Amino acid sequence: MLDGLQGLGRATLDGLASLGRSVVFVLSVIANLPSWGGFLLMVRQVYAVGVLSLVIIMVSGLFIGMVLGLQGYNVLIDYGSEESVGQMIALTLVRELGPVVTALLFAGRAGSALTAEIGLMKATEQLSSLEMMGVDPLRRVIAPRLMAGFFAMPVLALIFSMVGIWGGKMVAVDWLGVYDGSYWGNMQGSVGFWDDVMNGIIKSIVFGWVCAWIAVYQGYDLVPTSEGIARATTRTVVYSSLAVLGLDFILTAIMFGD
Amino acid sequence: MAESDVPFIAIENVTFRRGERLIFDNISLSIPRGRVTTIMGPSGTGKTTLLRLIGGQLRPDSGTIHIDGVNVHALKRKELYKLRERMGMLFQSGALFSDLTVYENVAFPLRVHTDLPEDMIRDIVLMKLHAVGLRGARSLMPSELSGGMARRAALARAIALDPELVMYDEPFTGQDPIAMAVIVQLIRLLNDALGLTSVLVSHDVAESLSITDHLCVIAEGRVMGEGSPADLKRNGSPFVKQFLNGLPDGPVPFHYPAADYKADLMEADWHA
Repeated sequence: MLDGLQGLGRATLDGLASLGRSVVFVLSVIANLPSWGGFLLMVRQVYAVGVLSLVIIMVSGLFIGMVLGLQGYNVLIDYGSEESVGQMIALTLVRELGPVVTALLFAGRAGSALTAEIGLMKATEQLSSLEMMGVDPLRRVIAPRLMAGFFAMPVLALIFSMVGIWGGKMVAVDWLGVYDGSYWGNMQGSVGFWDDVMNGIIKSIVFGWVCAWIAVYQGYDLVPTSEGIARATTRTVVYSSLAVLGLDFILTAIMFGD
Repeated sequence: MAESDVPFIAIENVTFRRGERLIFDNISLSIPRGRVTTIMGPSGTGKTTLLRLIGGQLRPDSGTIHIDGVNVHALKRKELYKLRERMGMLFQSGALFSDLTVYENVAFPLRVHTDLPEDMIRDIVLMKLHAVGLRGARSLMPSELSGGMARRAALARAIALDPELVMYDEPFTGQDPIAMAVIVQLIRLLNDALGLTSVLVSHDVAESLSITDHLCVIAEGRVMGEGSPADLKRNGSPFVKQFLNGLPDGPVPFHYPAADYKADLMEADWHA
């Protein structure tokens, strides 16, 4: 009983300490953002975390859109309103599934790679040797990766939604025979730029930031052994997923709550 | 006192703990300018930690470390990074950037810290690689190098900016005899040719002593002896003598602390 309490207390304190360290960490990265010289480094990272994630994002978007089209059609036809399937698909994707699923995939595909890469650089003393060369690893290694996540995620989420809407159209219009004028027309009439698209973009910016933050912090803070890297990579995916889902509820409540 | 007599690095009353464990207990030592200084001690005494303290990667719990008159741990982050441009460090693993060629690894500090034109960077890189005998290996990736070559390439990178201080972390560990002899010679040669101050951390007695001007033995968080190698071999404490002569038993016992041998064996019988 006492041991359990003690363990709980220690876990809580450790968790808080780690949270505090990660906040100090991200603040010192922001305070040390590289200038123009770092822009090229960031572009290379946008390629690594963004462009290389395109395939998985687009394939997932396509299938999720197709499933939405099929399920939406089957439910809506009971009410005779299968013409609204375009509206349903677009709103679901743009508001929720686009940002959330993209962030989950991003954490699995790019976040884990970031953690492992930085962790291995730490384990092989590359970060240390940068420091001793008078090059700040926060500026040179961490900041470009953090910023890349920040910029890549919203674009990925938009591409996800776009491909999803197109996949939904293939199923609903081309296969199940919904009139394509109403598919696009209902969508155009009901999806607002500021209320829906913009809120989705804001969500994906927040998720991108959080995922990249968790990934680089876990990489930078890990125990530099093979087991440490494995644990940190797992933590990146688990923490990112939980953070994304939790934050999604909070953001949804703020944006669409009233 | 002439300038050359002022120690390049002065470590004064430094105490350092890792968690509960006391690594250094109020140690003081000085590293003379322009010489090769070797810091020796049994494994696990914190020799590498000492290099990290000097480089400002770790902060002592108390005491000061001055490099060329500058208190390392009183510097702001930017100033510390500026100071580090005057140091080179050779890591045990070499720590080459695995995604860059040997050439790009050596060019890296030049590209980051200078605005030199490309043809001048090329000249400098080739000169540094020539000095370590790897001019022909410039286009290889670090994964294609042997351990000894990787360490030499890393050495070329460490001296790319013509530092005043080069620190070597266990440069001889895991090297075959030829690679070892090459590195031993390089350390001495670079020190004299470039007018460096070299700090060497090692527990390979024979290799280190052959090139060392100034020797410092640390163990159990304290400085056990400091002076010229010949002097320490002759007049050192029993511990220093045991260490330098590589005797299996002495002040440092061969046996890990254990119960009485006979009693231990009897007890096994009793249990059976």
